[in-house]
Amino acid sequence: MSLDRWLEILSTLGRNRLRTFLTMLSVAWGILMLVVLQGAGQGLSHGTQEQFKDDAVNSIWMFAGRTTIPYGGYPVGRRLTFDNGDYDALRDAPGVEHLTGRYGIRGGGFFGGEVIVRRGDKSSSFDVRSVHPDHLYLEKTIMVAGRFLNQRDLDGHRKVAVIGMPVRDFLFGPGADPMGQWIEVNGVAFQVVGVFTDEGGEGELRKVYLPITTAQRAFGGNDRINMLMFTVGDADVAESQALADQAIALMAEHHDFAPADKQAVRVRNNVEAFDRFNKIFKIIELFVWVIGLGTIVAGIVGVSNIMMIAVKERTKEIGVRKALGATPSSIITMIVEEAVFLTAIAGYVGLVAGVAILQLVAAVLPANDFFSDPTVDLGLAIKATVILIVAGALAGYFPARAAARVNPIVALRDQ
Amino acid sequence: MVRLDKINKYYRVGAHSLHVLRDVDLEIEPGEMVSIMGASGSGKSTLLNVLGILDGYERGEYWLDGTLMRDLNERKAAHYRNKFLGFVFQSFNLLPFKTAAENVALPLYYQKVPRRKRNRIAMQYLERVGLLDWAEHLPSEMSGGQKQRVAIARALIGKPRLILADEPTGALDSETSHQIMDLLTEIHQTGITMIVVTHEHDVAARTQRVIHLKDGRVEADP
Repeated sequence: MSLDRWLEILSTLGRNRLRTFLTMLSVAWGILMLVVLQGAGQGLSHGTQEQFKDDAVNSIWMFAGRTTIPYGGYPVGRRLTFDNGDYDALRDAPGVEHLTGRYGIRGGGFFGGEVIVRRGDKSSSFDVRSVHPDHLYLEKTIMVAGRFLNQRDLDGHRKVAVIGMPVRDFLFGPGADPMGQWIEVNGVAFQVVGVFTDEGGEGELRKVYLPITTAQRAFGGNDRINMLMFTVGDADVAESQALADQAIALMAEHHDFAPADKQAVRVRNNVEAFDRFNKIFKIIELFVWVIGLGTIVAGIVGVSNIMMIAVKERTKEIGVRKALGATPSSIITMIVEEAVFLTAIAGYVGLVAGVAILQLVAAVLPANDFFSDPTVDLGLAIKATVILIVAGALAGYFPARAAARVNPIVALRDQ
Repeated sequence: MVRLDKINKYYRVGAHSLHVLRDVDLEIEPGEMVSIMGASGSGKSTLLNVLGILDGYERGEYWLDGTLMRDLNERKAAHYRNKFLGFVFQSFNLLPFKTAAENVALPLYYQKVPRRKRNRIAMQYLERVGLLDWAEHLPSEMSGGQKQRVAIARALIGKPRLILADEPTGALDSETSHQIMDLLTEIHQTGITMIVVTHEHDVAARTQRVIHLKDGRVEADP
């Protein structure tokens, strides 16, 4: 497009600044809203996904509870405790992929409360978990040095420990190599065989893992297990539910409680929870789309309206241009180019403003469990801008085509 | 220059059709200055539309400078308007957001003359109508007479064979009208054919020939 055409466009747009501004505002606003909504939806989605990042989403967690249904001659209210027999039964059950128990050391909390960990003159309290080797998969533990616990550790009741990076940093100094060194857990010495990290954040890192068999023996746990966790492969919600029921049935047999007793063994099915969250986010996504499209449609209507008025107002100008030798196509091209120019600039402004707002929100609002990293789907925003530009072009085209057909003498006599 | 041969034109008004031009015959020689008079509804505006290639006609032939103007598409019509014709209107019809010079240069924009060149030519024509000092002024800053001079300069810049003036003095006081007619006469004397549509006898009197139109017919063409 020649400089001449640009100058012609700019001179006509500069003529009615208010109208130009309003057209641009409606377009910029539409894009801005779409971008901000999109980003907010993404932020919500990211925030929640962050919560699931920590653990395997295809897992089922089980906690022992109290019976509420009389069964096999036992009264209600009997407190149940898992033991190694439950672990063995589940390990042989079909559909169970990775399985681990967790036994928390007494003196801390029930599920492995804070225990004093010492090396030389340095000591602090950390969360100590005694687990099976498969815990690695359940917790999505990432090894940075050495190895995780293995079956031979358990079989031999070895006094070995795997520690989180902050634990290493505290006890050995940042970046130091703790491998083969000894630490004291609740007064019992353990040899460090691995260092790990985890995407679950600081809380998941300030931990010490011990072989469950060693802990049961060293800390008077007998064969007790506080909690059992297992993954179910790629089972869907219904299949995972069936696997949970199967697990309950196995335990009911082992501990003599009614399989229908919901309180005897409490189950947290992450497959179901994850699925539920996914569904919620599908709905939020849909909602964002509906609102975004609504805003775009409003923008299109606004642009069409203003273009229609603009062309109507310019009937006389179009008449003059035609009398001076403008072809209808040159009239249509002129108006469509103006419309496209306007919407393109405004769309870009809206896009930039929307991204800026999201950046600001991301900077001001600390990442939390519900909202983090509100990125924009730039492709979508550009698509929306292109849609608006096309709409602007059409909004200019139809009235321009009608105006270009106007008889100049009629247009010119129109006072 | 202009030859109309039994031109007939109808306007559709609802289910009826109105016969606005009835067998109009007209011959205008090159270099003539002619006025067309007639009451409102006599068909003079329609005739002007046809002459200005702004509107078609149903029957007859319109020859302009040896070219038959018939069943033209909009592109062709625009091309001929640009090449053959210059328009001067009662209400000047300058674009209000363009300066005098830009208004004058506009026909050259549609002839794809480069900007610098057409601005230079526009200055020459503004000088010719005595408004060189007003080149950078907007129409709103000018008097009626000045605006019409700008419009005349704009009509001339495309080097037309024929100037069509539609009530060129209709919006002006008598003294200014006089000056504008002087200017048009002067332009005519350079050899440009001119048709002035008017209802003012003073104006008609300054042309070489007066054509009276009544009920869509040429009444007297002495």
